[in-house]
Amino acid sequence: MADMATHNAHHAQHDAFQHQFEDMEQQRDAGTFGMWVFLAQEIMFFGGIFAAYIVYRALFHDSFEIGSNLLNVKFGAANTVVLIASSLTMALAIHAAQAGKKGKTQVMYLLLTVLLGVIFLAVKFTFEWTADYHEHLIPGFGFIIRPEWGAAGSHVPMFFSFYFFMTGLHALHMIVGIPIILIIAVMAWRNKFDEVYHAPLEMVGLYWHFVDIVWIFLFPLLYLVGGRYLSNGGH
Amino acid sequence: MSAHLVPVKTYVGVFLVLMVLTGLTTGVAFIDLHAWNTPVALAIAVVKMVLVVLFFMHVKYSPSLTKMVIVAGFFFLALLVAFTLADELTRIWSPQVHGWSILLPILQGRF
Amino acid sequence: MSTTVIAEIPGHELPSEERVNYLTVDHSVKSWLLTHDHKRIALLYLISITLMFFVGGFFAVLMRLNLIEPTGLVAPETYNKLFSMHGIIMVFFFLVPSIPATLGNFLVPMMIGARDLAFPRINLLSWYIYIVGAAFTMYAVISGGVDTGWTFYTPYSSTFSHSQVIPAAVGVFVTGFSSILTGLNFIVTIHKMRAPGLTWFRLPLFIWAMYATSVIFILGTPVIAITLFLLGLERLLHIGIFDPAIGGDPILFQHMFWFYSHPAVYIMILPGMGVMSELITAFSRKRIFGYTFVAFSSLAIAVISFLVWGHHMFVTGQSVYAGLIFSVLSFMVAIPSAIKVFNWTATLYKGSISYEAPMLYALGFIGLFTMGGLTGLFLASLATDVHLNGTYFIVAHFHYIMVGGAVMAYLGGLHFWWPKITGRLYPDGWARFAALVIFVGFNLTFFPQFVLGYLGMPRRYAVYPGEFQVLNVMSSAGASILGVGYIIPLVYFIWSFKYGPIAGPNPWGAKGLEWTTPSPPPTENFEEVPIVTEQAYNYAGTSESAHG
Repeated sequence: MADMATHNAHHAQHDAFQHQFEDMEQQRDAGTFGMWVFLAQEIMFFGGIFAAYIVYRALFHDSFEIGSNLLNVKFGAANTVVLIASSLTMALAIHAAQAGKKGKTQVMYLLLTVLLGVIFLAVKFTFEWTADYHEHLIPGFGFIIRPEWGAAGSHVPMFFSFYFFMTGLHALHMIVGIPIILIIAVMAWRNKFDEVYHAPLEMVGLYWHFVDIVWIFLFPLLYLVGGRYLSNGGH
Repeated sequence: MSAHLVPVKTYVGVFLVLMVLTGLTTGVAFIDLHAWNTPVALAIAVVKMVLVVLFFMHVKYSPSLTKMVIVAGFFFLALLVAFTLADELTRIWSPQVHGWSILLPILQGRF
Repeated sequence: MSTTVIAEIPGHELPSEERVNYLTVDHSVKSWLLTHDHKRIALLYLISITLMFFVGGFFAVLMRLNLIEPTGLVAPETYNKLFSMHGIIMVFFFLVPSIPATLGNFLVPMMIGARDLAFPRINLLSWYIYIVGAAFTMYAVISGGVDTGWTFYTPYSSTFSHSQVIPAAVGVFVTGFSSILTGLNFIVTIHKMRAPGLTWFRLPLFIWAMYATSVIFILGTPVIAITLFLLGLERLLHIGIFDPAIGGDPILFQHMFWFYSHPAVYIMILPGMGVMSELITAFSRKRIFGYTFVAFSSLAIAVISFLVWGHHMFVTGQSVYAGLIFSVLSFMVAIPSAIKVFNWTATLYKGSISYEAPMLYALGFIGLFTMGGLTGLFLASLATDVHLNGTYFIVAHFHYIMVGGAVMAYLGGLHFWWPKITGRLYPDGWARFAALVIFVGFNLTFFPQFVLGYLGMPRRYAVYPGEFQVLNVMSSAGASILGVGYIIPLVYFIWSFKYGPIAGPNPWGAKGLEWTTPSPPPTENFEEVPIVTEQAYNYAGTSESAHG
């Protein structure tokens, strides 16, 4: 039988205490470390497709330049600003909990984070991807190789395959992350998080910052291949 | 033990630096640096990543075990990229295999 | 209070009090399917993995039946499906999860003095993910099968195959996340939840092995996940990442596939090596020779395993220069494995050895793994690999390691910890007999395959030239003996649940925190958190001890 004194001592710890741990400190430590291990796995998950991209970019640089120049740098840069801002609001949400601010403050920052994330996705899907579809730039969905691309044209679909897969996988990670942030926001609304306990906030924060970092690399790698100098028709 | 409380000023400061760097990388892309465009863009991206990792993700104030996990992740990714490129980029150097037929001209006295 | 019905065996008393343990605490189906207890989850995995083992084995039986006649028995297209499904099921649904998800899940918390793993709900989730993955793969099997080989090479798998590639790929993709979550749980648990006084170098070597395996789970599995994702997209949308007709490179698929799948073979053997360290010390009653070397060799294997994947691609069109690098590194990866074999053998020397079933499996492992490992060196050498690649030599090589090594270690571990897991003993006579049958059947099945490969018989062929028939018949005969050998433990293990003699806390007199608990343990494992003050394997006997 579990020792009743220990059992009671555990319950005295915190409502959210899980009994496989010795104390809340160990629980928080294990939770954040676990999220980091998960992120290491995510580095390899995204890394696999980055590796394939690097190989083909090295082999078909001209085609990739053509493809990259067809992307909208303004939207890409704007989205980068939006996503980094959402990382700021996420960090401020955690800060609010750590500083013992009321649940409402945490919720405000979390909702701002979600809003910025939704703006990012809206720009991507309704402006960028829809335009690409109408311009016949989605492989597998009526891609048309344009004669003005010349000899390098045959490998331009390859660039777009990577563009849609990489940004799509990234967007998928955001689509998964947003509901999780909303669930955490509900918990924050109910004042579950304070300076003593806010591990779930930290863990979600780590995930969200990771998603931001992936985009920080995707933007230059996809949108800025070969430069955008006006001499090559960059826009 | 709560994590070290990073002041709001620091977060906002890091954010502003990230904004400058984003502007920088976008702006530099409009300048023709030939082969240097890509390394410069990547370098800026790495700096941005380091800022997000150290400050937004609190790694500056985290135990070294956390840092080891991050390094391990990138190290193995680097292995994947490096060894795959070692093959993909050196295939054209592979010796051509001709077999014994290469000796035919000699054997037939046609040299 | 529990009302376990136990048949009384003469000479063995019932426990003086009816203890509640993790098996008896709640009998409802819901309590099993929604359990958070790592020990129950281990049993859920044990049942699922055993099922998959026999499904994969069924395909092996059909293959060996086909190969009795040079002209074959089934159509070549069917044979292609048989070896593909045998490989996919055995690799991804049996070998990869086997020791980690069963013995690892059960023992990791117990060996470190914890009440459970760090994330029990994630542990349960990992089992459900495994089941979903297995369901997709079973769907692929029953709806026509997949014929690409377990390696899914492109462009056949992406463009030309008419079989159920996508369901099979989805099944493997999904199950990969089961592995990732298991690995994540183990790493966090081992880092953060060791009992007071249990420093890294006092840990049982099984824990070191689980840790190293988990590192490979985390860093390797995501890459095959993304690779199979790409394969599925290519097959669906014809986007040309691996299709040479549109500028894609099929070799790139192989790079990405083997970046995981080579470390995966170390996922399959490292846990077995961890079990080996436990078995050899317990049945020699002697501390392991060179503990630190064995511990570090597990980590070395995990790291170096990521540097050698190109040795699967020496003859597929890879650059010769890359081949050179991979060949040298492949020789290096053999070193830590050899260090382990040396240390186990040195542990045996002047040990007080007994030959119960777990030890028979362990001794078999040493010999068979060494043979498998040495034959790997011929394959690591570029020149000889040109001759041996794509032949039965490779098949024999990896079966010596996977079956002669990993499966033997798995069975040895099951036999060793069975009394702890179930509170029951099994009949040792039958167990020893089964171990011998398996050893004989195994060698008769796979040794002729070394010869066949050297003589040039290609692998994955449904038909073969008549001069190879004698060796093939020997191999098939061996397979039938091996099959019988596997069924015997299934019978007496199930028998032991109800009729086996009750086991005490430590029937083998072994060292380790898990042996300090009752058999079966209570749900929380330990009444009080243990405090560790001594090194691992602190057997009382010195090398001069006369106790047998």
